[in-house]
Amino acid sequence: MRLACPFCGERDASEFTYLGDAAPVRPDAADGDARALHDSFHDYVYLRDNVAGVMREWWYHSGGCRVWLTVERDTRTHEIHTVEPAPGATAAVKAGRGER
Amino acid sequence: MATTQTHRLAEGGIVDRMKPLSFTFDGATHTGYVGDTLASALIANGVRLVGRSFKYHRPRGILTAGSEEPNALAELRSGARREANSRMTTTELYDGLEAASQNRWPSLKRDLLAINQLGAPFFVAGFYYKTFMWPARFWEAVYEPMIRRAAGLGDTAKLPDPDHYEKAWAHCDVLVAGAGPAGISAALAAGRAGARVILAEEDFIAGGRLLSDDAVIGGMSGAEWLAGALAELAAMDNVRLMLRSAVFGAYDGGTYGVVERVNDHMPTPPAHEPRQRLWRVVAKRCIVAMGAIERPVAFANNDRPGVMMASAARTYLGRFGAVPGRRIALFTNNSDGWKTVDAALNAGIEIAAVIDARDELPTEYLARGRAGGFRVLHGVVGDVTGGRGGISKAKVALKDGGTAVVEADCLAVSGGWNPAVGLTCNQRGRPVWRDDIAAFVPGDCPAGMTVAGAANGDFSLSDCLAGGHEAGVEAAGATGHARKAGQAARAGTDTYALTALWHVSGKGKAFVDQQNDVTVADIRLADTEGFSSVEHLKRYTTLGMATDQGKTSNVNGLAIMAGISGRTISETGTTIYRPPYVPVAIGTFAGHHRGENFQPVRLTPSHRWAAARGAAFVDVGAWKRAQWYPLPGEKTWLESVNREVLAVRNGVGFCDVSTLGKIDVMGPDAGAFLDRVYINTFSTLAVGKARYGLMLREDGLVMDDGTTARLAEDHYFMTTTTANAALVMQHLEFCRQVLWPELDVQLASATDQWAQFSIAGPKTREVLRDILDPSEDISNEAFPFMGAGEVHLRGADFTARLFRISFSGELAFEISVPRGFGEALAENLMRVGGPLGITPYGTEALGVMRLEKGHAAGAELNGTTTAGDLGLGRMMSAKKDYIGRVMAGREALIDPGRQVLVGLKPVAKSGRLFSGGHVFAKGAQPGPDTDDGYVTSVGFSPVFGQYLGLGLVARGRERIGEIVTVRDPLRNTACDCEIAGPAFYDPDGGRQRG
Repeated sequence: MRLACPFCGERDASEFTYLGDAAPVRPDAADGDARALHDSFHDYVYLRDNVAGVMREWWYHSGGCRVWLTVERDTRTHEIHTVEPAPGATAAVKAGRGER
Repeated sequence: MATTQTHRLAEGGIVDRMKPLSFTFDGATHTGYVGDTLASALIANGVRLVGRSFKYHRPRGILTAGSEEPNALAELRSGARREANSRMTTTELYDGLEAASQNRWPSLKRDLLAINQLGAPFFVAGFYYKTFMWPARFWEAVYEPMIRRAAGLGDTAKLPDPDHYEKAWAHCDVLVAGAGPAGISAALAAGRAGARVILAEEDFIAGGRLLSDDAVIGGMSGAEWLAGALAELAAMDNVRLMLRSAVFGAYDGGTYGVVERVNDHMPTPPAHEPRQRLWRVVAKRCIVAMGAIERPVAFANNDRPGVMMASAARTYLGRFGAVPGRRIALFTNNSDGWKTVDAALNAGIEIAAVIDARDELPTEYLARGRAGGFRVLHGVVGDVTGGRGGISKAKVALKDGGTAVVEADCLAVSGGWNPAVGLTCNQRGRPVWRDDIAAFVPGDCPAGMTVAGAANGDFSLSDCLAGGHEAGVEAAGATGHARKAGQAARAGTDTYALTALWHVSGKGKAFVDQQNDVTVADIRLADTEGFSSVEHLKRYTTLGMATDQGKTSNVNGLAIMAGISGRTISETGTTIYRPPYVPVAIGTFAGHHRGENFQPVRLTPSHRWAAARGAAFVDVGAWKRAQWYPLPGEKTWLESVNREVLAVRNGVGFCDVSTLGKIDVMGPDAGAFLDRVYINTFSTLAVGKARYGLMLREDGLVMDDGTTARLAEDHYFMTTTTANAALVMQHLEFCRQVLWPELDVQLASATDQWAQFSIAGPKTREVLRDILDPSEDISNEAFPFMGAGEVHLRGADFTARLFRISFSGELAFEISVPRGFGEALAENLMRVGGPLGITPYGTEALGVMRLEKGHAAGAELNGTTTAGDLGLGRMMSAKKDYIGRVMAGREALIDPGRQVLVGLKPVAKSGRLFSGGHVFAKGAQPGPDTDDGYVTSVGFSPVFGQYLGLGLVARGRERIGEIVTVRDPLRNTACDCEIAGPAFYDPDGGRQRG
């Protein structure tokens, strides 16, 4: 399998480390009472859909630029639809260009 | 060299008669020529019996001329290079080749296990599941040893492989698999169009069937056209022809596995060359032109030596000038088989008869018989007779009900052709049945793959040339190359006509899969017993398993099953085709990753220095770390370790701790960032100070710990444990990039940039003062415990970093210098510390001292412990959010009954503790219900003169002073211990602050 890293170009999957579903969003710890927080963090840490089809996933270019990527991959065929850098990954690039 | 080649034509073929080669088979010396395979040379030497079959030990000969060969397997070479199950049909002959037949004992001609034929009813389909079942006690004593002796094909070398293998990547626009007419035509077209092309061919010569069959292409002979085409390909620098290179698998994303047999045709590889090379070819497009495989027909005794595929007989005659029989009969169900008649007649070989099984036999064929002086019989072969030396007669059942006997020493058989669909099905594509050619053709191919020529069911030469050309133009165009590709070469058309025929009923074993000894009767039995699905059929009968993966048997087997079970072949379906298409040695997949090169080795900056001092090394992940430094006269490692510990406790020592992960955390939000990843606060840490930090996973359990220093307002220097360095970096990057992109913070791994040494012991300052620039003040007032800062060394023009941190519990500093200066620093420390008795110490002494101090380490940060378990719960800030905070508050993780870190001190000074021992209240009956925890770390403390342990014990902190029993049921020991606070040594920490 090959992933097109937006910084390094197309690379073999062995350069990357897989994390999993990119859908869960870390809850805001200021939200809600303790019970509600426990529930929302429980879902965030443990609950995952077992998708048969296109799934957004986190991949880390551990053997390259160390950027976290969201990859849309079809779990049935390994077809890669999109590869996008994580929001914070472009910060360095923007900073280098004098952008914020 | 006296020729032994009684069955070699005087001329013809592409072997080099000027270059004879000598080889041995089962100890007998034979000769062959450059250009031969082992199989063709054996045929030229009149050798017909080449092996014994798997189950019944029946005599077997050479069936095919390619990698589909089920029978002709040999053990090649000897000693450590012995390689079992080498297909004689693809083994390129070299001078001095040693080959031995397999599966026979004591010899090929007198094989005692041939008695298995008498036990044939015993070896029917599913015999593994039906026999050896009772009595149960027979299993270990009788059945298993017996099966182990009889099982398997060849025997392995059982010695380390002395050769090496390597792995390589290649990238191209178009990969063409197979250099027959279709593949060459495709490569020509794609190459002319400008695409980067790799043309991979399993054989050692390109040409495919053109090497064996007469052809006329564009008014030239096939050989002339081939020479011209190969010259044109060679002249194109965008085309690479790889011979001896089989494409064996199609993987995700256009990655293809290719095994290149670089030096299999040499007795031993030349110096510094690999035997084989594993290529991973990344191709935008792939054209499969792997041809087709001729299939047999199952009839009684169809496995006798002398029964051979019709196309193989042609190959031996045409390509090698080797004579598979003096009087050849042909049994065919299709027009293509007749080409063997022409090839034999051209070579001056007698044709005994042609037995044509087609429904309608065109009269022109009868005329060919009259002209050639042989009989043309309309019917089928029902049986052959003859012993292990080869067949002598074929019994024919005629369509008109009569019978005939044909005397022949070779029966060439053609049951039609199966396109080589394997590669096209590697991603679960299923082939599609075509009635007109009675064969499966590729169905849904992996993305980017097209199929041309015989592999696509287009069997005529003109279709192969045209199909290859078209595929080449299309693939080049799809990759952005559209220069003129010219026209496809033209050849005459021939029509392929057949009547499907899978087996002929009769008495005697009719083999479908010769490699696994699966007969038509076995398939019938499998159906009777309910195993009629093809996947069940395969597992139950072993049809299509082993080295040939059923290349000559799968389609026949499922067609016969279809007939038996009353389904169509389409309904019956095929098993799944998985890579590898041809056998690939495990060593080839491993490449250089074996032995000490299994994984990269990381060496500490002082490694060379430590090795020169005779240090013992221990593997810590990929690192080699000095474990202890033995001195002359020390008889045990414990002696050395005790000396090192006492030297630190009473004087001064140093240890290379560069393996700790080091991360520079920089930016205006660096402090805020660390507050969110550590349970404690770092934004309030003063510049010039260090602090111990603990990280949790988001599930609330401890992930890692380490010391982080603040070198500037916007610059922290973090250390992690050695084991988790990469994981922490990954985690921090996730936090930074994914969770909190709004924070202005950057991370840089600096593990390999700094050589870091811990210098510890009461005399540490005396050593450091001689190392540091005289302007540096390291008094307790100027550089107190947990101080940190940049310093300068005497005579050095770089900046070093100094941290007043202690893992040993002694007065200690850690000093960082640029990595390249690490070895010099070690030498310098020894020089200036020499008069003070400075002692280098290894990881064992480090571990003993941390245990004496009760610091948690890897065995305690084991993925099940919380901050509270380790006695660090008070560090958890209540004023901020951090990773793991919410989940760490879960009921079970704050249960007061949890097992927590304590010290365990044997009551008897001689008491011996072992890691992994379990803790029980004294007098308690040991059992799961009374288990109070376990020992995580143990070491001998020279300070206390006894073994000490750390452990996780239920309610341990409330039980300080209690005597418990530590039991180790593996070593059958019990040791009474006193529960202590984890810090045995200097619990108040006065020494490290001094």
